Amino acid sequence: MSLRPIDIESRLAVLDLNARYVEAIDEGRFEEWTELFTEDGHYRITTAENVEQGLPLPIMYATSRAMLRDRVKALREANIYEAQRYRHMLGPPRLEPAEGGLRARVNFMVARVMHTGDTSLFATGCYLDRIVLAGGAARFAEKNVILDSRQIDTLLAIPL
Amino acid sequence: MNIHERAWPAEGLTRIPYWIYSDRDVYAEEQANIFRGDTWIFLCLEAELPRPNTYRTSNLGDMPVVVTRDQDGAIHAFENRCAHRGSLLCLKQRGEAREIACVYHNWTYDLTGRLTGVAFRRGVGGKGGMPADSRPDRHGPRQLRVEVFAGLVFGTMSAGVRPVEAYLGPEIAAKIRRVMKAPVKLLGGYSQVLAGNWKVYVENTKDSYHASLLHMFFTTFRLNRLSQKGGLVVSEGGDNHISYSMSADVAGKEYEQAGMRSAQSGYGLEAPELLKSVDEFGDGVGIQILTVFPTFVLQQIRNSLAVRRVVPLGLDRTELAWTCFGYADDDEAMTELRLRQANLIGPSGFVSMEDGAAVGFVQRGIRGADDEESVVEMGGNGTSSEESRVSEAAVRGFWKAYRRHMSL
Repeated sequence: MSLRPIDIESRLAVLDLNARYVEAIDEGRFEEWTELFTEDGHYRITTAENVEQGLPLPIMYATSRAMLRDRVKALREANIYEAQRYRHMLGPPRLEPAEGGLRARVNFMVARVMHTGDTSLFATGCYLDRIVLAGGAARFAEKNVILDSRQIDTLLAIPL
Repeated sequence: MNIHERAWPAEGLTRIPYWIYSDRDVYAEEQANIFRGDTWIFLCLEAELPRPNTYRTSNLGDMPVVVTRDQDGAIHAFENRCAHRGSLLCLKQRGEAREIACVYHNWTYDLTGRLTGVAFRRGVGGKGGMPADSRPDRHGPRQLRVEVFAGLVFGTMSAGVRPVEAYLGPEIAAKIRRVMKAPVKLLGGYSQVLAGNWKVYVENTKDSYHASLLHMFFTTFRLNRLSQKGGLVVSEGGDNHISYSMSADVAGKEYEQAGMRSAQSGYGLEAPELLKSVDEFGDGVGIQILTVFPTFVLQQIRNSLAVRRVVPLGLDRTELAWTCFGYADDDEAMTELRLRQANLIGPSGFVSMEDGAAVGFVQRGIRGADDEESVVEMGGNGTSSEESRVSEAAVRGFWKAYRRHMSL
């Protein structure tokens, strides 16, 4: 099956999806973040070291939007961590056609700002995404967050 | 102040003086008396050296070491330091090699750590080189004594420390064998860098009292029962411990009930498959946390299995290195189950992320409090095994062993 070239509308839809993604996280609207995934969307954070060794261990892992909602509920009501926020900077997505949508590769850097004001470069890496476009809306069917470093400072509570 | 001019509080093991976490001389003495002293330090899983001619780097406290499997399959460990100028020999975390060459001046070693070659030893064109009576091998990397116990590689600089099995004691050895029951399949790893002294994290792993108070995940989602049976085993001497609890229901009903509850009343997990687990040890124990003095942790949280190494990076900085595993004969479904349960552990773990933060909270809280002390009286003042986990007996056990090694 030949895949169609990527039209400009699809490219704009991906840019818009990424903009909404980082806004939802950085502004602490985590419930909205879950809605950017398909119902059976997969979300996984791991390290480049694990990927290069062919090892599957995730740091965070969800196989449905319901699991993402559980993660958010735990962040809100169960887990204890100091108040903090992220600021994401994303690079432009490199897109490839894929069945039912697109594959995207996007570089990111995330600063973590603690309630005390302490600010650090918390994470760098790339997103390897599969995005489906249905009825004009783009959603993540799969989002793999590949961290460049194997080290996490203290904890990773808020999703990346 | 010289640490031997410091006085431990008169109350003994129920008081921990805060200078113990903030004194540079204490840190230096720990490196010599504990990490390079009469202890066994966990270096890596045997499975991390899968073939002959492989190596990985590790640590004995803050001393860098190389662990190798030689061409005959034997495991060795030695200091990661060149005989010549002290440069690191292995720069990568792991690799395959028939020999190890220092990048600085290309001195070479075999995988037992023996110096095998000095570049230009006889000079070039009859000029330069080393004197004929030079003995550079006398400055070679120091060898560790190594023992493999149930797939775990331990190393020590001590000639006198008892063999690993005796060091562990019979109860701890049996519970290590329980988890390391079959050949291991690596699933991966990562590290957390904690903003506190290494002992604060080690105490946390021995502290069965905090589990249901700091980690609210199970309670919030009403997944545990208040009186889950369990217990605390502290080895003679206090060095090693096991804390365990029975699964309320390991057959899967608990997970179904959690789903039903969430559907009916809005609490519980929407996707309880996260916690779906199997009783793979056949004894109903849902959680077993095991520690070996000073810095080894073996974890079974349902079907999430991991070893943790606690590596001091300085007085108030500690690396917590996690390596997670399953068994070689796990099928795809079992691996998937373990990967889902990986959500419980590590830097994002539903029941572990708080530990990373708590270490920093203590280190920040005790600034300026060198002359104050913490109170460790839950469960009395002893270090013996108990049925109740509302006890700090294993924490006191750690300090009992620590003071013995440090002559404090």
